[in-house]
Amino acid sequence: MSAKLNTREVGDVTVVDVSGRITLGEGSSAMRDTLRDLIAAGKKKVLLNLSDVTYIDSSGIGELVSGFTSVANAGGTLKLLGLTKRVKDLLQITKLYTVFDVHEEEAHAVRSFA
Amino acid sequence: MASDTESTGILDQDYASTLESVDVVEADILKAAGEAGFGEDEQHGIGMAVRECMVNAVVHGNRYNKNKRVHVRVAKSAKDFTISIADQGEGFETERVPDPLDETNILRHSGRGLFLMAAFMDDVKVEKASPTGTAVTMVKSFPPQE
Repeated sequence: MSAKLNTREVGDVTVVDVSGRITLGEGSSAMRDTLRDLIAAGKKKVLLNLSDVTYIDSSGIGELVSGFTSVANAGGTLKLLGLTKRVKDLLQITKLYTVFDVHEEEAHAVRSFA
Repeated sequence: MASDTESTGILDQDYASTLESVDVVEADILKAAGEAGFGEDEQHGIGMAVRECMVNAVVHGNRYNKNKRVHVRVAKSAKDFTISIADQGEGFETERVPDPLDETNILRHSGRGLFLMAAFMDDVKVEKASPTGTAVTMVKSFPPQE
């Protein structure tokens, strides 16, 4: 299954629920398009919920990194929520785990933007 | 009885330079790895390495050229599982690939494929293919028997 992304607002935080596989092709371009649209709409607080992401490859990691830097360059913040063990392992071996602000609980993550 | 070094071919096939081929090869090798006795985590790592290698071959090597093929071979011996993936591209120097863990590269969009192959496999060798292209050989050893 390719990635599916749904966007919702929790207060002034935009939560993007991502599910499926973020790999080169449809998955990574869906992520890129969604984040580009959020930046264009002026969203400054973006929380990517990856708890239903079953697989991510280096292209998917690239999109996370690009999203992180693009949101930051637009004056906002992108944080991650609900990493599965495999996604967490992948971010750790690529030394990206400490680059992102990662949360386990949505309420806690939303409050952290304040 | 087969010796440790005697290997049996599992797959030997050419594929089109498409993203669909990436999915097909990943699925076929995952199935073969499972049948060879690798556990779930090892299968995941093998699948990841295969996907990264196939993407490199299709996207960076053959550049989606419909006239170029990706040749995939898989073999197993008593001690390991070997995957060879060769493209027909222009080739590249591994020394020129920036270290993705270097501070200056950590936020780069791309350049992690080769690193991930090495992270998930026990041995990765990158060579020039003949007459042109890149041949990557990746080996995963079977875990020691209890």
